[in-house]
Amino acid sequence: MNQPLPNSLRQGPDGRGRFGQFGGRYVAETLMPVIQEVEQAYLAARQDPAFMAEWRRLLKDYVGRPSPLWFCERLTQHARAEAGAGSGKGAKIYFKREELNHTGAHKINAVLGQILLAKRMGKPRIIAETGAGQHGVATATACALFGLKCVVYMGATDVERQQPNVFRMKLLGAEVIPVTSGAGTLKDAMNEAMRDWVANVADTYYCIGTVAGPAPFPQMVRDFQCVIGEEARSQILAAEGRLPDALVCAVGGGSSAMGLFHPFLDDPDVAIWGVEAAGHGMETEQHAASLNKGRPGVLHGNRTYLLQDPHGQIIEAHSISAGLDYPGIGPEHAWLHEIGRVTYVGINDQEALDAFLLCSRLEGIIPALESAHGLAQVMKLAPEMPEESIILLNLSGRGDKDIFTVAKHLGETL
Amino acid sequence: MSRIAARFAQLRAEGRGALMPFLEAYDPDPATSMALLRGLPGAGADLIEVGVPFTDPMADGPTVQRAGQRALKAGGTLAGALAMVRDFRREDDETPIVLMGYLNPILAYDTERFCRDAAASGVDGLIVVDLPPEEAEELADPARQQGLDLIRLIAPTTDETRLPKVLAGTSGFIYYVAIAGITGTRSATRDALAEAIPRVRRFTELPIAIGFGVRTPQQAAEAVQVADGAVVASALIDTLAASLDEKGRARPDTVRKVLDQVRDLAEAVRGARVPA
Repeated sequence: MNQPLPNSLRQGPDGRGRFGQFGGRYVAETLMPVIQEVEQAYLAARQDPAFMAEWRRLLKDYVGRPSPLWFCERLTQHARAEAGAGSGKGAKIYFKREELNHTGAHKINAVLGQILLAKRMGKPRIIAETGAGQHGVATATACALFGLKCVVYMGATDVERQQPNVFRMKLLGAEVIPVTSGAGTLKDAMNEAMRDWVANVADTYYCIGTVAGPAPFPQMVRDFQCVIGEEARSQILAAEGRLPDALVCAVGGGSSAMGLFHPFLDDPDVAIWGVEAAGHGMETEQHAASLNKGRPGVLHGNRTYLLQDPHGQIIEAHSISAGLDYPGIGPEHAWLHEIGRVTYVGINDQEALDAFLLCSRLEGIIPALESAHGLAQVMKLAPEMPEESIILLNLSGRGDKDIFTVAKHLGETL
Repeated sequence: MSRIAARFAQLRAEGRGALMPFLEAYDPDPATSMALLRGLPGAGADLIEVGVPFTDPMADGPTVQRAGQRALKAGGTLAGALAMVRDFRREDDETPIVLMGYLNPILAYDTERFCRDAAASGVDGLIVVDLPPEEAEELADPARQQGLDLIRLIAPTTDETRLPKVLAGTSGFIYYVAIAGITGTRSATRDALAEAIPRVRRFTELPIAIGFGVRTPQQAAEAVQVADGAVVASALIDTLAASLDEKGRARPDTVRKVLDQVRDLAEAVRGARVPA
């Protein structure tokens, strides 16, 4: 009856919220009932045409979907020049322009779905964690739209380096609570949000920003983000009459990547690349490459690859991009890594900065530092691919929030 | 009979409840932590919970978080906690010890090897905060083989349809989380406990201990009036933390101050006159 099709990679998770051995639901007993309530509510909502129609309406009229698919002519020329004139190499580069969404990133897609769900569940108070602040801004935005109370936990370090987004959240009426435990980054913000939820289960919904956390969050956030890949699929078919040869997206927790990748998982001719933040370099201790340098373990409610020491203590991640600065990754990525369907590589801080500048100057698009990691990988792959091939990047966010960080690295004062 | 079962049987015969103090292994340093552990039975501890430090204790409030950070800084590990229990067992073969912590250090140690080493070190029970019954299989089987009790948490949010599932496979005792919240924050009212504990009792014969928000001798006494044991953690850690010098090091009277507080709690628990 509910037997998964053995030839499809799109059937997960199983009834226990697992993708292979990854995922699951590792939380304190106090949270188990509310998490099961979220799961029941979500499974009912996705079957409810009125719920889905309302979400689609918001995506269209409030977010501005579908987001365009842009052929990057000048970046393509650049890749062909890199490959050498007459070499016949240099793939056509396309951007899926999630940075044009209202609030400037892909995060709003899943936030609106979750906020509608919270409303349906009768939870008037919303909490969220945020790293770069994009998810916090998206959550604060949706809460403003629906008149819900919003509390955002943000690591104190991130509050410092993402000031514009902190102010944005405040303008939108959210309370931003800086988290000082640990290194004061995304991991610690997520701990604190979980603690808040434990203490306020009755009236609170935890709007998780990525495809991680206890089941059903990895699946639910993925399902909402799949709008990216579904649109990209029909857009590239319309533009080129065929599927792309390669997809690329940066991965922190991995929501933008899952959203792009998932609708293509069963197309074996589409190569898929996930890009981890290599920070100061994979060979150093300062990176966020949980798949390439971590081991499986359990944190934040799910089993997945984690940066950890030999004793199972979690190691702080590092990346120039606050949104990638997380020592874990969504469990479905861990599974796709183990079965080899997606290839996960690292791009370091400097390579990301170079791509950030290149994109700004050649396409007139200032990308988020997260997306710049993906672009750096595109600019490695494209010159090696034949001219007639197609490579598609999820440009998941815009870079306005990062201009202070970038200026600092360029030695400029704003 | 396991040490836990034997101790609760003995207390039942005496007609009183159990005091279960908690200490974080290696907080603030291995020697102080060991001295505390050794001193607890003499100060009136009936069972002891030893916390295993973890970088990301999601169910704990600031007091236990800081204890964990001090312990990690002092080199605290799961192996270190087991070594403390081993040392303790050289002098005390009766006081039950329960390890309390999070799953990831156990996975990193290797679940089966951990259960063997824990049993060999003299650990009697395990409380793994982020391991609900739905995920417990991988630890429950090796724990059972080694005779370790897997002690489950029941929360105010655990309703009656869920209770049997959580209780199945639980052994040793039940840990009732008195509040929906994290450690060291709020306390449950006496009335709330008087309503909650009989609800759980209808489903189990096992002893029930109450933790989260049990801070004062009076609260400990109230806990053992409705249940079989009282767990006190953050209040003791607060005393320990307040006794440290400005660099976070133990002072000569750190151990004595914590043990004095345990004595006060034990006196209240022993005088609470639990109805049989």
